[in-house]
Amino acid sequence: MSRNAPFKFRLYVAGDTPNSALAIANLTAFCRAELADRHAIEIVNVFQQPRRALADNILMTPTLVKLSPGPVRRIVGTLSQTPPIFEALGLGAAVL
Amino acid sequence: MKSIRSRHANVLTKAPTGITGFDEITGGGLPRGRTALLLGGSGSGKTIFALQFLVNGAEDYKEPGIFVSFEETAERIVANAEGLGWNLAQLRRKKLYFMDAQPTPDLIQSGDFDLNGMCAALEAKAKEIGARRIVFDALDVVLEHLPDPAAKRREVYRLHAWLLARELTGIITSKNDGAESGAGNPTGHQTFDFMQFMVDCAVILNQSVVQGVSQRNLRVMKYRGSGFDENESPFVIGRRGLEVAGARALGRVDIRVTNERVSSGVERLDTMLGGGYYRGACVLISGFPGTAKTTLSGAFAEAACRRRERTMFVSFASDGTEVIRNLASVGIRLERYVRSGCLHMVSARTIFGSAETFLAHIKTLAKEYKTRCLVIDPVTTLSKSGNEVTAQSVVERLIDWSKADGITLVCTSLLGEVSAEATSPLQISKIADTWIHLNYLVQAGERNRGLSVIKSRGTAHSNQVRELILSDAGVTLTDAYTAGGEVLMGTLRWEKESAERATTEVNEVAGKLKRVRLDAEAAELEVRAKSLQVEIEAKEVEKTLLARATESHKGELSRGRTRLEELRGADVPVPGRK
Repeated sequence: MSRNAPFKFRLYVAGDTPNSALAIANLTAFCRAELADRHAIEIVNVFQQPRRALADNILMTPTLVKLSPGPVRRIVGTLSQTPPIFEALGLGAAVL
Repeated sequence: MKSIRSRHANVLTKAPTGITGFDEITGGGLPRGRTALLLGGSGSGKTIFALQFLVNGAEDYKEPGIFVSFEETAERIVANAEGLGWNLAQLRRKKLYFMDAQPTPDLIQSGDFDLNGMCAALEAKAKEIGARRIVFDALDVVLEHLPDPAAKRREVYRLHAWLLARELTGIITSKNDGAESGAGNPTGHQTFDFMQFMVDCAVILNQSVVQGVSQRNLRVMKYRGSGFDENESPFVIGRRGLEVAGARALGRVDIRVTNERVSSGVERLDTMLGGGYYRGACVLISGFPGTAKTTLSGAFAEAACRRRERTMFVSFASDGTEVIRNLASVGIRLERYVRSGCLHMVSARTIFGSAETFLAHIKTLAKEYKTRCLVIDPVTTLSKSGNEVTAQSVVERLIDWSKADGITLVCTSLLGEVSAEATSPLQISKIADTWIHLNYLVQAGERNRGLSVIKSRGTAHSNQVRELILSDAGVTLTDAYTAGGEVLMGTLRWEKESAERATTEVNEVAGKLKRVRLDAEAAELEVRAKSLQVEIEAKEVEKTLLARATESHKGELSRGRTRLEELRGADVPVPGRK
């Protein structure tokens, strides 16, 4: 995988509930630090788009989906702990 | 719309589960618009209970439902449900929605999360299908992923609040392995504890093994704002799902009491009972092995089939075909009725399980076959599988059920060789309407079968012991002889009969002889009387002759004297000349 491949994320949040707000903040901070200029984030509010949550089978919020580069991975939670994120994004070895 | 909804919230109404027995225990079902908690170990039947609640709701009460599965995939649950004969495929199109909610094994977690996503998704779906019922199956699975008890509590409250706000009737199922014994993990225990406080209704399902036989029990632990049966009620998972053996509903008035009589299949027994068994009665035939209990119940079955009443013969002792063959040897031919579909032979040897299972099975089959007459041979088998205490209540409920459905029930009861005549295991004799006892009488090296009617409610019945005779022409009863305070049967009875016949013959002949002799004597006397009469007449004649002769002689003499006087010239006056 190319070092410069852009990361596409979709973050499902439940409005401005504490967990969701925290997740947005954490994700933004993470991307700014680790993936500057090579990421795109789409935020889906399940309260506004419940059918989408249903279709995508999003039950726990917040849920971060890494759409590309493949494979697609899901991370559930506020994203407060970074080691699982590095692992899920395949960035573990490169950064550490 | 809003006003209707708020009225619902104020007054506790109930959502029927459609589960046999459960609605009776709870007085109508689960609290409508509230949450019920279903606790139980693995394999205790939680999922089936919850699913049945949804299926019945969708099918019978026009309440579509959603099933949120945290443990198994929707496909597997649907496949399992098909095994219970529920047609989910059709329901799934409109009235039933399955949501796969099991956390994937490769789930990556970073920090805390909540179930808002699920609530939002469910909200959309509930609106779409107009759901009124919802089930969260194995909620504990998803709660495991939450980092601390506070978070678990928060999410349960969230769900609860969400359910309440939407006035959905909900069931949350959760494992309680060790929760009751206190051996489970402490956090889990806490979660369940507070869930029990939160919900409006809590039901515990448990499964135990008693003497190698599985027994399932259900207990309503709490039910806010409603009375309920607090005791453990046994239940079974039968072919159509859960069936709870509820406490008997008191004051039931729908039992159809009838004066109609049905034939016992033995003519003289009908006479003894004043016309036969009552329709819908429970008849107990007790006796030692080999006293023709099966035969007598077979005769009943045949008579029922002849009346074209659907009959079910449940045999615990032997195979259906064996029973038919054996009964054919005494002139009870059942095969044709089996072929015509009027009679169903059920070999219960193949059913394994507790007494509850048997009862559920019998009930299901009876419903399926629309049985009107039922034979259970022998009913005492029930006490062998599982403990006696359960069997007792099973039998009571069997009788209750058959009465409520107007099914005439004949059950046989096997007595041990040693037990006394008046005791019958399971105490069925107390509740049975008619109790027929069969016994052996051993006399002069033979065993003969004796039949007596010990009791028959509402019927004048004969108090005499009759002899039961089996021949290839059928079953008949004969009077037993009593001689010297002893009842004679079999050969002794026959001997007694022939002896009496002989005596009567001898007496008859002797009488005839005597009459002939008397006739002869009378005839002789008559003859003698006649000859004497003749003699008398002869004597009369003789007497007359004698009188006449004497007269003429006298005349002769006087004439002679006169002549002489004349001749002598005497002066004696002649009487003629005066």
